[in-house]
Amino acid sequence: MSHVPPAPGRPGGPSGVAPAWRGQRGLVPDDAVLPAGRDTAGWGVHRVMGMETEFGVHAPDNPGAGHTVLSTEVVNAYADVVTAEGGSVAGTEWDYGEESPLVDARGWQLPRSAAHPTQLTDRPLTDDDGNPVHLVMNLVLPNGARFYVDHAHPEYSAPETTNPLDAMVWDQAGDRVALAASRRIAQAPGEPQVLLYKNNTDNKSVSYGAHENYLVTRALDFDELAARLLPFFAARQVVCGAGRVGIGTTGRTPGFQISQRADFFEEQVGLETTIRRPIVNTRDEPHADQERYRRLHVIIGDANLSQYATWLRCGMTALVLSMIELGTCPVLELRDPVEALQSISHDPTLGTTVGLVDGRRLTGLDLMDLYRDAAAAHVERFGMTDPATLDVLQAWGETLELLRTDPAALADRLDWVAKHQLLSGYRQRHGVGWDDPRIGMLDLQYADLRPDKGLHAALVRRGSMRTLVPEETVQRAVHTPPEDTRAWARGRTVGVFGQHVVGASWDTLLLRRDGEGRLYRFHQREPLSATAQQMAGVYDDGAAPGSFDRLLAALSGAQEDPRA
Amino acid sequence: MSQQYSGSRSEREEDLPEPAPAPAGGSAQAGTTDLDSLLDEIDSVLETNAEEFVKGFVQKGGQ
Repeated sequence: MSHVPPAPGRPGGPSGVAPAWRGQRGLVPDDAVLPAGRDTAGWGVHRVMGMETEFGVHAPDNPGAGHTVLSTEVVNAYADVVTAEGGSVAGTEWDYGEESPLVDARGWQLPRSAAHPTQLTDRPLTDDDGNPVHLVMNLVLPNGARFYVDHAHPEYSAPETTNPLDAMVWDQAGDRVALAASRRIAQAPGEPQVLLYKNNTDNKSVSYGAHENYLVTRALDFDELAARLLPFFAARQVVCGAGRVGIGTTGRTPGFQISQRADFFEEQVGLETTIRRPIVNTRDEPHADQERYRRLHVIIGDANLSQYATWLRCGMTALVLSMIELGTCPVLELRDPVEALQSISHDPTLGTTVGLVDGRRLTGLDLMDLYRDAAAAHVERFGMTDPATLDVLQAWGETLELLRTDPAALADRLDWVAKHQLLSGYRQRHGVGWDDPRIGMLDLQYADLRPDKGLHAALVRRGSMRTLVPEETVQRAVHTPPEDTRAWARGRTVGVFGQHVVGASWDTLLLRRDGEGRLYRFHQREPLSATAQQMAGVYDDGAAPGSFDRLLAALSGAQEDPRA
Repeated sequence: MSQQYSGSRSEREEDLPEPAPAPAGGSAQAGTTDLDSLLDEIDSVLETNAEEFVKGFVQKGGQ
């Protein structure tokens, strides 16, 4: 490895800590040449990443039901879907004040939220025969994802993946998980439908997130990271915005804007995620070796339905992070990043300019051109010439070019363009304004997960919206974890050895043989360990003699972290 | 070295479609026919009680 040793004072991590790139072998090539004093946790578009979706939850026929109750119903319904198919999930129960760490969700019953909309916080639910009804609030799924009640929303947190295409596939898998839960409720006799929306606002002042997570090196100065990201995050919506009807947090001013989220941000950098939202979030909880890595928690993004927009959003961001880590990112400083974010969002004609500290005024597209051109030079300089990286770079350039010359051509790829074209067409046909309730309905319905109601789904069905992978690929990701991260061991252990799992989280697996006796605790601080390759053969037959011992040995071996 | 780190899902990366050529006559024109037929479909799919439905879609705080 011809790695240039770190310069004094800027080591690849705190003293004595191996640099991040050494934990990311397989992503960062062994013959990579890094600039002096720089460390990286990714290469090209390859980086540990994962997305989260908080779904909007709505029960029009059950207006009294609380959102936490509805979200609980959704999560429990999915536990039922999996266990009814003979699979297993790892779940933690709603805590009634006593310790109740784990629930075997088999035998789950509907919580009857219609009849008891407020009962959840009072006392344990019972069925008609007086038996306790278990409510799971947090599930780890056989695909390595987490599906849980996050206050007033059901949230899907995708398993760790290593490139933007996989990040997109396992994000889409979350949409299918949520849809399956909603359908399960719809099939229950007498249970009011619970509808789910992959959007970010109710247009009544409330917003909920669609977050991304990227592993970055701890050696990177956070102030530098934040400063480089701010202009990019203000501008990238021109590619990956989801489109929104109404201006302002309550949508009161009639109009159409590019981003669902822009109007809900007030700060540049900060820790909050629910109030005074910052463009760059400082939450520092890596769920990995914290001396080596930071998890960049990105809260600025819109929930994308489009596969193309999701893929490009993660791919562009991964390339910008690679540039920041290796010191090649354009140094741009907006005079007012929050104002810039909102003015760019408020102008779907893309003509609005925003002020830079150096006196220039640039459009969102101009800013994105600068990042894209720098990314092309970066990729060439470091020889990041693998197909996945070049695909992103090519699509990024083509998208910017079309946004300038023929934006309508992107209606088959970008959510905001598709939505804008659809709603503009509807306005024209019916002679109505942006403030017509039917236009608001179309905005909402674009994100309806039901295939027969969702407008994005209709576009896909008609072939009017591109997809990047066949539906079977997404379906496989509903049931199977990514092979190349620790999500493999997490998901497969839950799916194959469910009866032995007493706890599972991003970096920990707790096992007891048949749920009894000695506790085996496995802590996995390296996201690229415990992969399908390392765990080969372990999950072939969970019932075979010695299989549990083989699992323990393999998890133990993976924990040793041969990469460090 | 490209095989080593070009992602474990290489078979899917190959699934990535080539960028479609621009439709003859320009995308705007080709899109209009498609849009018309889509709008026809939407008229039948749109929730009938739009005003009430949109008003009733109220969420609690999120991240």
